[in-house]
Formats: sequence, C-alpha cells, structure tokens
Amino acid sequence: MKRILSNIAMLALLAGFISSCNNSESNKNGNRGALASSAAEKVYVAPGEHDEYYAFISGGFSGQLSVYGLPSGRLFKVIPVFSQDPEKAWGYNEETKPMLNTSHGFVPWDDAHHPDISQTSGELDGRWVFINGNNTPRIAKIDLTTFETTEIIEVPNSAGNHSSSFVTENTEYVVAGTRFSVPVPQRDMPISEYKGNFEGALSFISVDPEDGGMDIKFQLLMPGFDYDLSHPGRGKSHGWFFFTTYNTEEANSLLEVNASQNDKDFIAAVNWKAIEEYVNNGGGKKMPARYAHNVYNDETHTATSTMKEEVLVVRPEEVPGAVYFLPTPKSPHGCDVDPSGEYIVGNGKLSADLTVHSFTKMLDAIENEKFDGEAYGIPILNFEDVLAGTVSQPGLGPLHTEFDGEGNAYTTFFISSEVVKWKLGSWEVVDRQPCYYSVGHLMIPGGNSRKPFGDYVVAMNKITKDRYLPTGPEVTQSAQLYDISGDKMELLLDFPTIGEPHYAAGIAADIVKKNSRKIFKLDENKHEYATLSPADARVERDGNEVHIYMSMIRSHFTPDNIEGIKVGDKVYFHVTNHEQDYDVPHGISMIGANTSELLIMPGQTETFVWEPKQVGVWPFYCTDFCSALHQEMQGYVRVSPADSDIELSWSLGE
Amino acid sequence: MKKAGIIMIIGSLLLLGLFKFPLWSIMLGAPQYPDPLGMNIFIDGIEGASEFDIQNIDGLNHYIGMKTIPKPEEMWEFSTFPMVIGSMVFLGVIIGFLGFLGKINHWWFIGWFLSMSVLGILGMYDFNLWLIEYGTDLDPNAIMKMTHPDGTPMTYKPPLFGHQKMLNFDVDSWPHTGAYFMFIGMMLTLAAFFIGKREWNSKAIVKKSTQ
Repeated sequence: MKRILSNIAMLALLAGFISSCNNSESNKNGNRGALASSAAEKVYVAPGEHDEYYAFISGGFSGQLSVYGLPSGRLFKVIPVFSQDPEKAWGYNEETKPMLNTSHGFVPWDDAHHPDISQTSGELDGRWVFINGNNTPRIAKIDLTTFETTEIIEVPNSAGNHSSSFVTENTEYVVAGTRFSVPVPQRDMPISEYKGNFEGALSFISVDPEDGGMDIKFQLLMPGFDYDLSHPGRGKSHGWFFFTTYNTEEANSLLEVNASQNDKDFIAAVNWKAIEEYVNNGGGKKMPARYAHNVYNDETHTATSTMKEEVLVVRPEEVPGAVYFLPTPKSPHGCDVDPSGEYIVGNGKLSADLTVHSFTKMLDAIENEKFDGEAYGIPILNFEDVLAGTVSQPGLGPLHTEFDGEGNAYTTFFISSEVVKWKLGSWEVVDRQPCYYSVGHLMIPGGNSRKPFGDYVVAMNKITKDRYLPTGPEVTQSAQLYDISGDKMELLLDFPTIGEPHYAAGIAADIVKKNSRKIFKLDENKHEYATLSPADARVERDGNEVHIYMSMIRSHFTPDNIEGIKVGDKVYFHVTNHEQDYDVPHGISMIGANTSELLIMPGQTETFVWEPKQVGVWPFYCTDFCSALHQEMQGYVRVSPADSDIELSWSLGE
Repeated sequence: MKKAGIIMIIGSLLLLGLFKFPLWSIMLGAPQYPDPLGMNIFIDGIEGASEFDIQNIDGLNHYIGMKTIPKPEEMWEFSTFPMVIGSMVFLGVIIGFLGFLGKINHWWFIGWFLSMSVLGILGMYDFNLWLIEYGTDLDPNAIMKMTHPDGTPMTYKPPLFGHQKMLNFDVDSWPHTGAYFMFIGMMLTLAAFFIGKREWNSKAIVKKSTQ
C-alpha cells in the first residue's frame, strides 16, 4: 500500500513537471531567456512520435502532391495526381490509365499548383484535398482516407487553370479560374484580335457532400483578362468569391511590358450564390464542350473516364448585381480573405504597397452605386470607397498573404525575399524575416479558413542556390518553417521539397490520421478481374489475349509456373494481394514488360500488360520487400513460338 | 436460506458471461506489430482480437510450420464446453432455487462449486494439451526450422498463463472478461455455501427451540 502511495506521489510529481514544461513551451515567445528552447528542439519529433500537422505541399511541375509532417519537415508520401508515377504504377496500370485521360487524349503530366482542404462551416474537415492542374486544366480530388487521387475533372473553356482550386466554406464548390483568356468556344482566329474577343472562364465545380463527386455547375464567362488567384468569402462574405486579375490591358504579346501598364487592375468580386440561384431557376446557356471526368472507385480499384459533351455558361450581364470589380494596384497575385471574411487583401506584385479592401465597404459601395465606370458592363467600384487600408511600403513584390486567426497577417515578398507580419486594422508592420530565397506562397495550417491553427507558417522558396549541398545545375527548391506563436517570427527549419513547392495546405494531424485506412478488405473487392481465392487462380486465353488471374500472399504467387504463352500474345497480369495485414503491400514486375511494376496494397487488384517478343522462360518477382522470404517470391512464364500448340497450364508447388 | 439461494442463483448465472465474452486471450506483439495480433478464446471458438488477426497469425505461423488455428468444427471442445457450462448454469440455478425454498441444504452449493472447479481444472488441462500440440506438432517441411543453442528443435507452445518471449514475439496469455465472470460467479457460489451454512444452522436452532 505504501508503495502504491509513493507511486501515485511520483506520478503526480511527474505530471506537475510535464505541465510546467508545457507552460514554458507556451511562454516561449515573449521572453527568450537562457531557458528558451532552441529551434532544434522545436522541430524535433522523437523517433516513433507523430508530427502535429500534415502539410500537403504541391509538387508544382512534378504534377504530384507531397505529404510532409510539421514541425519536423519529414516527407511521408508523394501522392501521384497529374503525372505518371512508375513507383505506384499510377497512369501505367490498366486501372489508373483512365485517370489521366483528357479531351486531348492521355496527358501524362501536369503542373500542380494550389492544394486546398475541404471545409465544413468554414473549418477544415480533412475529408479531401483538391488541387489544380494548370497546364491542361483539371481539378483533382485526393481522398484523405486512402491518400490517393480518386477523381479528376477537366475544365473546358479554360487555359492555364491557375486561380484554382479553392473551396467555399462548406465545400459547396471548388473553384477553378482560367489564367489565360481564350476564344470561347475555341476557334481558328488571329491572335491579334484577342482584345474584346477572348474570354476568361471562372468555373464553379459542385462537390457532392456525401461522396465528394465533382460536377461543373456553371462557368462564368468574364472579360478577357488573366485571372491569377482567388479565394472564397467566409463568415459574413460567404457567398462571394474573389479573383485577382492582371493584363486588364488585354495584351496578347510581350505581357511583361504590355500587361504592366495600367495603374490598377481588378479584384473581381463574384456573388456566386446569386448566380447559383439564377442557374437553379433555369438560367444560363448550355454550350457544347468536351471534357473528361475521371473517377476512381475503391471497391473496383479501377478508374473510369467519361467524356462530357456540354457545359452551362453564364455571362455577367445575365445576372445584374452578381459581379463587380474592385480596383487594385499593379497586377495583383494573391487574393486573400481574412478569417472573419471582412478583409480582402490584394497582393499587387508590382506595387510597393499592399491593398486591403473591406467587404462591408464593398457592400455599401454597391448599394450606393459608388461606381468609377465599368468594364464590359461590369461596374467598377470606386477605389477609395472600398479601401479598408494600405500596408505602406512593407516590402517588394507582395505575392500571397495568410492569417493566424489572432489579427495578424503574413505576406510573402518575392523580390525582397521575406515574410512580413502585419496587423489587420492598424496596417502596421510588426516583424519581418528573410527567406532563402525568392519566396512564392506561404501556408499557415488552416490559413484558408475561419479557424487557422496559428502555430507555424511555411514559406515556399523558388531558389535555394547555396543553401544545400550542390547537386549540379539543378538544385532543390525548399520550404522554410517559422514559429509564429510569439510576437516575433522565428525561423526553425529549412527543408527540401519535390518539384516546385508551389503552394500548400496544412491541417492538424488529429483530424486526419484517425481516418487513414490500413487495408482494403478482400471481400469488398469488386474488381472485374479479381482473384478472391487462390483456388480461383487461373489463366484464360481469348484469341491472342491471355488473362492471368493471380493472387499473392507472403511469400508466393498463385500460380507461379505458367506455360502455353506464345510470342505475339498480349498477356494481362491481374494480380490480387490477399494480405489483410497493415503495411504489407506486394509488388510484381515481369522482365521486358514495357511498363512499370505494380505496387498492390492488401486487398487490392491491379493489372499490367506484357507482350512477350522472345521465346524463352522468363521470370517475374515481387518488387516490394514483403517478408523474410521476399527473395523466394518469384515465378516463371514459358513463352513458346507463335505457332506452337502447347496448351495453357499453370501451377503452384507441383 | 433465502439470501444464500439468491446468491447461488446469481453466481451460477454469471457463468453465462462465457457465452458473450472470451474466456482467455493470447496476444502477440513484435516490433513490426505495434498493435499486437491477438486471439480471443471463447468456449465455442477462437476469434481474432481484430478482424484479420487469425488470418495474419496463421500467415506468420506457416513459416515455422504450425497448424492453422482451429475452426469451431475442428475441435470437439468447442461444441462440448458450451453444453457443459449451460448444464452447470442450469444445475446451479435449480440448486439455488431449491435452497431458496429450503428444500436442500448448503452442502449442495459446495457440491456444485467443487464440481465446477474440477471441470474448470479439466478444461485448463485440456487447453494446455492443445497449446502443447499446437506449439510442438510442426510441419516437417516448415520454411524455418529453428533450434535452441543446444541443437534441439525449437517449439512454440504459448504460455498457459503469463508472458513469454518467442522469437521476435512477446506472447501474453491471460484470462479475459468471460473468465472473470466465471471467477466472480464461482466465488459467489462459495459465499452462498457459507451464508447458507449460517442460515441453515440458525433455522435448525429456531426449529429446535420452538419444539
């Protein structure tokens, strides 16, 4: 009994010690005494421990989405999205090839830009990440139970899908705006007739609240400017969407000069609720348009691609009062709305100042018709009447702003290569920290929501030069992690990224990790060519097409000896992983197959095609080190001459 | 013997917990299995602690040549044990009821308790025999034939009770909820004996004094 008491006393002592440690942690900012923890301690996540946040960092021109942990900066996974990935057979196996289908055919690459996490009531719900393909306009949805891309929808009438893919506060829509204006519909015409003839489509893609299914609800066809970035209104401004524009000059050549002439470009404010109501009542016009809609199913483990034939378009003049222009100095890039929904920050990238508009003033200016002319019938609101304030001379080349939820904003400056912290309302600059180098976007977990998690900001740099060990002419781009929990920002960590870390979205790990799936259940596998029991393993011939129904489990394939294949056959390996244990994928690859390996998760079926060109006995093997007998996990296929009459046969252990 | 009879009935009925909860559990943890694999042993069969644990334990065991974990129809115990427990519950309730009515004395209670104890010990003995067979009757063509440092072949009998290190696995074998139900139930029947003894004797004294 005494011992128990002393144990309890010990525990109480420990608890007190731990909580006092926590106190000093939360006090870390104000006074940096000798006891303040070092940057290394703040980013150290001990072996076996988990990070506090997931960071989904765009791979930019890699076309993929990387998953990092914060604060450690450790890379967990690269999710293939728009680019083929031989490691995971994405776009190589028969199941996922349809995911990369477009109206232009199979496009094996894209430029992934702005991930955004789904929201409910303005807060991150961690169900899906959306990301845009910039080059061949597409929006992808990544399911955060499997961390796999499960849907890709092509965006017609669009080119340079850049002001995308941002979600409204209940994920009613994921929005995709075109960077390049183009002829709508596309047609053969002189480029020089751009002005007044090209149009810019802003697409509102509805998201099914149950399964996340995407569908283009309507496209708003705007004047032929470049639509650079966008963000949704939230809270009081929910129902509006804001887009930055540049090239309001409508230049079609040498844009670096010709699109930089106007003193002010615009932020377009779009009342999507008004347009939604208009189209719900039968408004808008259906126009022919070809675009692919690709959906991956977790039960069939197979994607389908459907070509859509028309899209609903709306022009601003059809819905009076739905679209306004807010004059904003000098080719603004980021267009960012603070957590309250009141302030709309225009990051005029060629301006020395940051312009902040007020939503309340905007409504007032609309009501009282404080207009300063119009452009293509769209009222231009008077600059002075919508301006909330200006952050004066904060740096050079403002690009993008996020918020900590405590009244502070953080803006990146590309040219002066820094992050600047300033206060909403008083517009005073309170801190600045250098970036190494040429920072583009920045990300605060939950930064595009009503409730940011204001602990860290991640700055994403385009240039690193001397920051890491050199690797020839091409060196890594990078992310930098700053602690923003105090008055002053503190640089904690600098870590390399994949491709170009264009933008990112972060979320508290607790929201997501509990939903992460461990396996696919074999008895829920509805793949057309699944082998659900080793007894069903077989080989079937249909002309010169041969289908191998194969199963795999530690540490063998069923069957592993196959004869009767002939030169000129097209051999489909349909391979089902029979493991039902966490983290036991198997791989398979065949010598000379003109494709990638397969990497098959427990309970999943995948297919690769092999067209044997030479007579012989050819081995295949498991490519993922699965078990102590991984090296024994192999098999042979006998390939006979095309005119041979050897019957198909297959076996295991005979 | 009203109180003792009721306690006897409750004690016997607690054995019904064995139809709902596992009697025993054997958990296997290893560095690669931070969430241990486990089997819950019920009186009518063996289930995985998680959905696919049995399949995964069998998958691992095939390396060292162990047989797969038996299905209910593969062992007579899984049909006999429920009948034995059911009968003992029935008997216990009858005895308790008759005791409640004063038709029989407390010695019937201890009789039931001792019978149940003997059956329990026999059950444990049988369970241990199965563990021995399961852990030692290995496939001669096993993938891995491990030996002790002295050259004798390694066997894999899980402990009947407690913890044991087996190759890379930490094996823990402990009674589960059903066993606790049975233990508490049997303790109640023992208590029923002592309480019944007092009640019976005082009744006898009352009888005597009124004569």
